[in-house]
Amino acid sequence: MAQIFKPSANSIAQLSLLGAAIVPLTVGLGVAALSRSPANTKVDVPLNQPVPFSHEHHVSQLGLDCRYCHTTVEKSSYPGVPPTETCMSCHSQIWTNSPLLEPVRQSYETGTPIKWNQVNKLPSFVFFNHSIHVNRGINCNTCHGPVENMNITWKGNSFQMAWCLQCHRAPERYLKEDPQAVADGLSPRQQVFNLYIKYQKNNIHGLDEREKQLLKGEDASSDDPHDKAAGEALVKKFGVKKQQLADCWICHH
Amino acid sequence: METNENMPEKGHLDLEAFREKVAGQGGKKYWRSLEELADTPQFQQFLEDEFPNRSTLMQINRRDMLKFMGASIALAGLAGCRSVFLPVDKIVPYVKAPEELVYGKPLYYASAVTLGGYATGVLVEQHEGRPIKLEGNPDHPASLGALDSMSQAQILNLYDPDRAENVMDQGNISTWELFNAAVQTALTAQKAKKGAGVRLLTGAVTSPTQAGLIGKFMAMYPAAKWHVYEPAGLGNAFEGAALAFGKPVSTHYDFTKAKVIVSLDGDFLNPAEFPGSLKYARDFADGRRVQGKSGTMNRLYAFESMPGLTGSVADHRWPVKPSEVQSVAGYIASKLGVAGATGVLPKGVSATEVDLLVKDLKDSSGASIVVTGPNQPPQVHALTNAINAALTTMTGKIQIPAVSYTEPIEANVVAGTHSIQHLADDLKGGGVDLLLMLGGNPVYDAPADVMFGDALAKAKVAVHLTSHENETSAACGWILPQTHELEEWGDARAFDGTVNIIQPTIAPLFEGRSAIEVLAGLLGSPAGGYDLVRATWLPKMGVEPEKGWRKAIHDGWVANTQAAPVSPGAAKAPVLPTFPNTGLEISFRTDPTIYDGRFANNGWLQELPKPLTKLTWDNAAILSPSTAASLGLLQDEVIHLSHGGRTVVATTFIMPGHSNDCVTVNLGYGRTRGGSVACVGTDPETGEWDPKRWEDDGGGFNASALRTTHNMCFGFGAEIKKSDYQLDGLASTQGHSPLDDSRIHDERDVIRDFTYTNFISHLDERAKKDEEHHKEFEENNLFPDKVFEWDGPQWGMTIDMNTCIGCNACVTACQAENNIPVVGKVQVKKHREMHWLRIDRYYSEPEAVREDPNTIASPERNPLAGENPDITWQPMMCVHCESAPCEPVCPVGATVHSHEGLNQMVYNRCVGTRYCSNNCPYRVRRYNFLNFSDNQPNFSINTTPWSQRKIPGVLHEPKHQGIELLKMVNNPDVTVRGRGIMEKCSYCVQRINDARIESKKDGREIREGEIVTACQQACPTKTIIFGNIADENSAVAKMRKDPRSYLVLEEVGTRPRTSHLAKLRNPNPGIEALRRAAAPQPMEEKA
Repeated sequence: MAQIFKPSANSIAQLSLLGAAIVPLTVGLGVAALSRSPANTKVDVPLNQPVPFSHEHHVSQLGLDCRYCHTTVEKSSYPGVPPTETCMSCHSQIWTNSPLLEPVRQSYETGTPIKWNQVNKLPSFVFFNHSIHVNRGINCNTCHGPVENMNITWKGNSFQMAWCLQCHRAPERYLKEDPQAVADGLSPRQQVFNLYIKYQKNNIHGLDEREKQLLKGEDASSDDPHDKAAGEALVKKFGVKKQQLADCWICHH
Repeated sequence: METNENMPEKGHLDLEAFREKVAGQGGKKYWRSLEELADTPQFQQFLEDEFPNRSTLMQINRRDMLKFMGASIALAGLAGCRSVFLPVDKIVPYVKAPEELVYGKPLYYASAVTLGGYATGVLVEQHEGRPIKLEGNPDHPASLGALDSMSQAQILNLYDPDRAENVMDQGNISTWELFNAAVQTALTAQKAKKGAGVRLLTGAVTSPTQAGLIGKFMAMYPAAKWHVYEPAGLGNAFEGAALAFGKPVSTHYDFTKAKVIVSLDGDFLNPAEFPGSLKYARDFADGRRVQGKSGTMNRLYAFESMPGLTGSVADHRWPVKPSEVQSVAGYIASKLGVAGATGVLPKGVSATEVDLLVKDLKDSSGASIVVTGPNQPPQVHALTNAINAALTTMTGKIQIPAVSYTEPIEANVVAGTHSIQHLADDLKGGGVDLLLMLGGNPVYDAPADVMFGDALAKAKVAVHLTSHENETSAACGWILPQTHELEEWGDARAFDGTVNIIQPTIAPLFEGRSAIEVLAGLLGSPAGGYDLVRATWLPKMGVEPEKGWRKAIHDGWVANTQAAPVSPGAAKAPVLPTFPNTGLEISFRTDPTIYDGRFANNGWLQELPKPLTKLTWDNAAILSPSTAASLGLLQDEVIHLSHGGRTVVATTFIMPGHSNDCVTVNLGYGRTRGGSVACVGTDPETGEWDPKRWEDDGGGFNASALRTTHNMCFGFGAEIKKSDYQLDGLASTQGHSPLDDSRIHDERDVIRDFTYTNFISHLDERAKKDEEHHKEFEENNLFPDKVFEWDGPQWGMTIDMNTCIGCNACVTACQAENNIPVVGKVQVKKHREMHWLRIDRYYSEPEAVREDPNTIASPERNPLAGENPDITWQPMMCVHCESAPCEPVCPVGATVHSHEGLNQMVYNRCVGTRYCSNNCPYRVRRYNFLNFSDNQPNFSINTTPWSQRKIPGVLHEPKHQGIELLKMVNNPDVTVRGRGIMEKCSYCVQRINDARIESKKDGREIREGEIVTACQQACPTKTIIFGNIADENSAVAKMRKDPRSYLVLEEVGTRPRTSHLAKLRNPNPGIEALRRAAAPQPMEEKA
């Protein structure tokens, strides 16, 4: 009877052992990489919209306040996406013939809402409240990236849980105050929007390092002892109960 | 218990064995079902296994197991990459945003919902134009902030995919314009006859606008007739008042004044029988609130057949047949000196005891109330009126009596069934050219001998305005879709006459119109509901009508519109009817969940365990243990139940505390048309009752088929024959989730109840014992004394079992607030009901019997054990143990503690091992075995999926959009759970978080009373209190320190955050002494 296995079968067997170790690992790492890549998280991927609305134009160039459109961002969990009427408050006067705005005029005439593509999305078991973050002076850009420089809006951060927890476990690294604004009597909530006013007035001149980072959409946390002490002071002032911030039911219920 | 082997199969309880157990040594003090008391193998299985009869791993073969495991691991990884595969979601903003709307925050609108015509004020919670929850209106006299389960569940009816959608003409889709044209032609032809061929049929009407429009219609067609039929209305009460006073009046009770209350089958706490029940329940509970040593308790005596909510909280309760109540009334009246009253007490009711009752009534005359219910004949109402009059005139010291009268609240008071009978006669005579029915379902619920179905066929043109295409619609040429009360403008009066303005909170989902809009159309001047209601009320708004009108809409009711009080004068005692009183008596009651069948298509109500029987999805032939034994019937046996020559197939249910020789059946079931939920037990092909479907899906039997004009409330000579059906019938949750206190004979408390006197006299002694106990426990405890050293608020709850009436309002509130799915009868039988909050009903022998070990010792000495037990209600939900047994056993950390002391359940971490629920001593965790939320119509897994089934009746095809529509009822602040997820009470954490965020934004602490849980909000008796137990001044902290406060199963060492407060009873000391003396003496002494 001829031998079933040739000598090369030994190598194959050894290789298959190696394969058994490597293949699942590669697949696992692959899936992990995929789930963190923009293909999945959609970070930095501009998403086309029925109307090519430019935040850069409206915010940086024209100086519209975030709250002009996102009216409930200080009051409610949901920031609000503007009704067609808000667009038409200007565009019934200017750019009235622009073909780009045709869907807006259509919507206003027919009463059919514009269906925007959702850029920033949370899973349905996550309950994020915009108002409390804004009231604590957490800047829009902290989560949403450099919106004031986006022509077509993209997602600034992954919104994966580990990313949220960076701040929820150590809020002092993120909380900051603008001394000038404090001197002007602005509340933390008002300081959030004051940043864009400063930016609009003087571009990035006159902004401190962390503010610059914020406007560039970078992580503006700081481990500088001085900053952290200031952050700690704010945590105390706001009465933020740090341990509680990472309780499950703070965000999931 | 060795007798297990001799026990019959599951579901069939041997009553003899039960008797021995209940009276025997080691019998339980407190028990929830006869099975538990008898310790049947079925109950043992319930105790051992949370979900009995499930598959085990042994039933899955190894290969399949490996396949599933492999697939699960692979898919689990990919679940993190959802965005790669899933399409982009859309954001759809408004075109023009409404004023006052803050995205993400609900708006509340005051409105009203009606039941049998009577309104209860509600606040509608609306998210971005979508109403999602009904809550009581705290300023409204009939609600006081509470809301009963039936009214709350009407929000689900709004999104019912089976609702009538289009105007139908002979089975074809038509339009309102065509209908109005057609009806105007018919009416024009009637002009000459002054409308002699026109008949209008409505339910009870309290709406002034509707009554006004009908008045105009009658003026236009003077020969037309307006008929009123309400299958479970207050006709008897009005007729009784007419007998006593010569004119119909509405009776009102002031329980705040009541020291002694006698209920003669008057279930005044039951929303299905008394329109003012929420107010009555609050007043009644306020009259027996005890805090520490202070507080007084009113005393409630009840005579009733089927234990009701009132009987369940009565201090003394006598089971008497419905026909015997009049004898009791007569006896009491004669003792009180009502002229012409006589009565001989029925068997089993001791005259000495009733004499003591009468003395009690006399002693507190003016502060005593005798109340009877809609199921008693008019004569009993008249007699009760006479008794109350006698009690009021007996003494001059009370200025405002506890019972008062007003003009009738209803616009057209009709007595009994005469009106529907006349209509049927006219129909049969062929004299009806045009029949207009506004709502109702007489083909199904009219008395059987009226044969309304046959009569209706004789109508030349029949028009039915209806919310669902039901049995009556099927026989009508024109079917008009009716708007839901949340879609229409309207008005209606509350029990005290207060007028409510009903305002829409959503545009009609379908083509519906309201009753008043249809009436306006009939008058030839179609108008919108807003204009019609406004036209009624604007002229009555005083000097600033516009302001008054706006205030009325804002408040939900018009100020100072209570019915005018009347002094009806002296009440005459009526001649009591004589009843044949032979054979088995049959008693017809509205269903405590689906009422007369009008809510039969409501899944929440179908699955809501009925307060006393804990039945879901079905009605039953309810019998006392003795009667069942004498008829040779077992629990859950399928029988033929006949009455007056008509027979239905029913299932037996044995009810401790039920009167003997009487069978109670609930109305509203056995539907053949009216929606996919209502007709679960019906074969869609034949429209007939189908045993297999019924076994799987429920649907019950039609008790209305046994009701006749002369026996609307109860009848005689019912017969029961055993059937050949071998069905595993009813789904009752009463034995589910038992708390195991039996294994260890220490003092593991589940229930505490005391008589008031006993409680006060032994207070210090008991406190000392509790303290010692606690100390010992602390010494033996390995864990530190304070689990939570934290400066934030610590949430806790107290449940005062003393005021709980078991009405289920909290259960439905929880269901609406927390997106709790409906699972269907098959699943309920497998203990898979999803309610986070359940109300356990415990039975016990009266304290006098219980305390005497000799009495309880043998059947001979306590032959009536289990026949009329005391009842204690215990709402039970997650108690948020500080040292929670569920937490350490979770392999994935899906249940962990928060810093505020909440036992958090994290859905997105849960992998569904169910270890936590297995380890929970309170059995309050619920598991999604199937994708209940998405598959709501899939009530059965055994039969054809609903998507492939034909729905009986004229509903043409399965509603593919149905699930999408039902999803609109979900609360956006709570995650909708999917398959394989554990869930449980969260103390309404979404409300806690909202309050915390709002308080932080305002820079203050959370205020006491700012957080109200859904169950607390709905409770009519303020039984549930929630708050911060770390704040010593909070209401909850004070209640927690009350001497009645105890922790359920404290000895397990779980440190619950929810504490229960012991139930108190206030028996008449005289009767109590008599019963102690009469308690059979120990054998030794006799010998």
